[in-house]
Amino acid sequence: MIGLEHILFISTALFFLGIYGFLTRRNLITMLMSVELVLNSVNLNFIAFHKYLWPSGMDGVFFTVFVIAIAAAEAAVAIAIIINLYKTHRSILVDTAEELKY
Amino acid sequence: MLSATNIALIPLLPLLGFVLLSLFGKQLKPFAGVLATVLILVSAVLTGGAAWTYFFANGRVNDVYQTIIPLNIEWLRFNDQLSIQMGLLLDPISVMMLVVVTLISLMVHIYSNSYMHGEKRFATYFAYLQLFTFSMLGLVLATNIFQTYFFWELVGVSSFLLIGYYYDKPSAVAASKKAFIVTRFADLGFLIGILVLSFYGGSLDFQTLIQQLTTPHTPALDAANKASFLGVSALTWGLSLVFIGGAGKSALFPLHIWLPDAMEGPTPVSALIHAATMVVAGVYLVARLFPIYAISAPELLAAIGWVGAISAVIAALIACTQTDIKRVLAYSTMSQIGYMMFALGVSGYGGEAGLGFTASMFHLFTHALFKALLFLGAGAVIHAVHSNEMHDMGGLRKQMPITHISFLIACLAIAGVPPLSGFFSKEEILLAAYQNNTPIYWIALITSGLTAFYMFRLYFRIFWNKPHTGHAHEASAIMWLPLVLLAVGAAFAGLIPFGELVSSDGKALHSELHLSFSIAPVALGVFGILIAAWLYGKQNAKPASIQSSLGGLFQAVYHKLYIDELYLFLTKSVVFALIAKPAAWIDQHIINAAVNGSASITQKISSNIKTWQSGKVQEYGLYFLGGVIGLAVLVLYIW
Repeated sequence: MIGLEHILFISTALFFLGIYGFLTRRNLITMLMSVELVLNSVNLNFIAFHKYLWPSGMDGVFFTVFVIAIAAAEAAVAIAIIINLYKTHRSILVDTAEELKY
Repeated sequence: MLSATNIALIPLLPLLGFVLLSLFGKQLKPFAGVLATVLILVSAVLTGGAAWTYFFANGRVNDVYQTIIPLNIEWLRFNDQLSIQMGLLLDPISVMMLVVVTLISLMVHIYSNSYMHGEKRFATYFAYLQLFTFSMLGLVLATNIFQTYFFWELVGVSSFLLIGYYYDKPSAVAASKKAFIVTRFADLGFLIGILVLSFYGGSLDFQTLIQQLTTPHTPALDAANKASFLGVSALTWGLSLVFIGGAGKSALFPLHIWLPDAMEGPTPVSALIHAATMVVAGVYLVARLFPIYAISAPELLAAIGWVGAISAVIAALIACTQTDIKRVLAYSTMSQIGYMMFALGVSGYGGEAGLGFTASMFHLFTHALFKALLFLGAGAVIHAVHSNEMHDMGGLRKQMPITHISFLIACLAIAGVPPLSGFFSKEEILLAAYQNNTPIYWIALITSGLTAFYMFRLYFRIFWNKPHTGHAHEASAIMWLPLVLLAVGAAFAGLIPFGELVSSDGKALHSELHLSFSIAPVALGVFGILIAAWLYGKQNAKPASIQSSLGGLFQAVYHKLYIDELYLFLTKSVVFALIAKPAAWIDQHIINAAVNGSASITQKISSNIKTWQSGKVQEYGLYFLGGVIGLAVLVLYIW
């Protein structure tokens, strides 16, 4: 029987994988993918809580749908930024874009 | 003729001239002198009309000259009790001063047209002269003590500007600064004096002030007498402080050090400001407040008399040794102002006792005429020989006959030879001193002998002494015309029955001349002239041998009794070393260091923390993660 704890374990693992990827990858596309991992770990949490703790309410499901929509929009914006960055810097490595500093 | 418009125009016309000449000086330059002279001429004509009407038609009611205030407008309003007025006040002394100021100013304006011809800042010069004349007339006409102070500072500024007129000459710049600082220092006393007097008198207005502080047993007078500081009553403090202001402006000992240096200005300026008008402002101020001095603080008035007497004799002694002709005249001015001041000092209020007051004002009037004449004559001589020093002159009487005769008249007048103007005013002063204060009388008598000696030393060394070798020639007509006019004035002004017109209480004072009394001063004067003629009539070795036989005494007087050096010592070794330097140290090492230190600490911290903003997105992410974890730990385990 798969309990809540199992699912939470997977979602936590996904979350920290995402964080790790975000902090260590140099390629911006990979960083974007890491952010998606983080978001999806949250989604998984919402669905799991909905299923095990609050089956009568639909709040968790709604939130998940919202997060998916926002993730799609965010991906569109991020990819637009990355394309523009490539146009100016001929590169999509994150450490080539660090002019915005003191 | 005494309407507000007419009187107000007298000071306002020079103000108009000042505004026009300062705004459009460049465009008006060729006409600057003419414009200024015409404005002053109109002013002088208006003054003449006003003086005539005041003295002989409207001014006298029941044989007493009234104080007329044609105009008094509110200028600054602070609250219901305190407001400052600007107005016009006519009484015998202000009308007399109006005549003196406009007359001398007119002469100086005419003279300057030729004297300053070709100067680069011709228009500026006349603008300053107009500013001065405006301020002086405003000072004379003031209805309240604050207005006096206001114009007092304005004359100080115009004097500063005119002394420093040749601003590319370091000595002129130093002289103007010295004059400004010394008089400002004295004016601080004046300001505090105004505050003290008006606090107890309850008003700034002269008439109210005099009425409050002279009527016995008014609450104001009692309070002013009762309050005391260091054992001296508040009233005496107030009056002494006001007098210190006057002493600074009038170059009385020991605040006289700026006057000889002020001779760095153009000579006509010296004639107007530093001989005839501004320097007598102190005498005028004491005369304006005279009832308070005479009735409520007679001991202070006596002390003022002593200050005047000491100034008179010291200045006369120094004048005997100087070789710069303008400096001789400067010390002579100081000596004569000392005369005016001790004449006030020995005077009482009202009736026969007020002889000294009348005599002082009389001497102020005649002195303005002959001293302006002396300065303008000296200016003509300097113009001709291009030097201020006596040894560059001599034998000029043939080359400059008009200057010579007018200068001689002025010298005779100041030496007190009858029947020239100086004789009458000086006799009156001596008589007043004789009746009230014998020691001062003896000092004055000696001073009058010295006066005759140093004036004729000057005269002989300029016009006789040795045959002239250069090619000096007589001044132009524009320059000698004022000389002739002033010479006529200096010769005959003594015949004016002055006591009838000006007295301490407005009633006519019939002063008679006692022939027997005049013998001593006149004989002493003639004796002084004869010694001067014997020593300086022809070039000889006598003056030099007397100089060397007097040795150190001569040197001390020649160096102006080392008063300048004393001031230098006081300022440098005492004020600078003991006060200014520690203050500078504290400023540098404590206050400055605190300010700089806080700035540099801030800078260091910020230069360290600014590297946190590295521009690296992943570092920001790490900080963010750290923050979130920190908050989570805080919320979960500690809170």
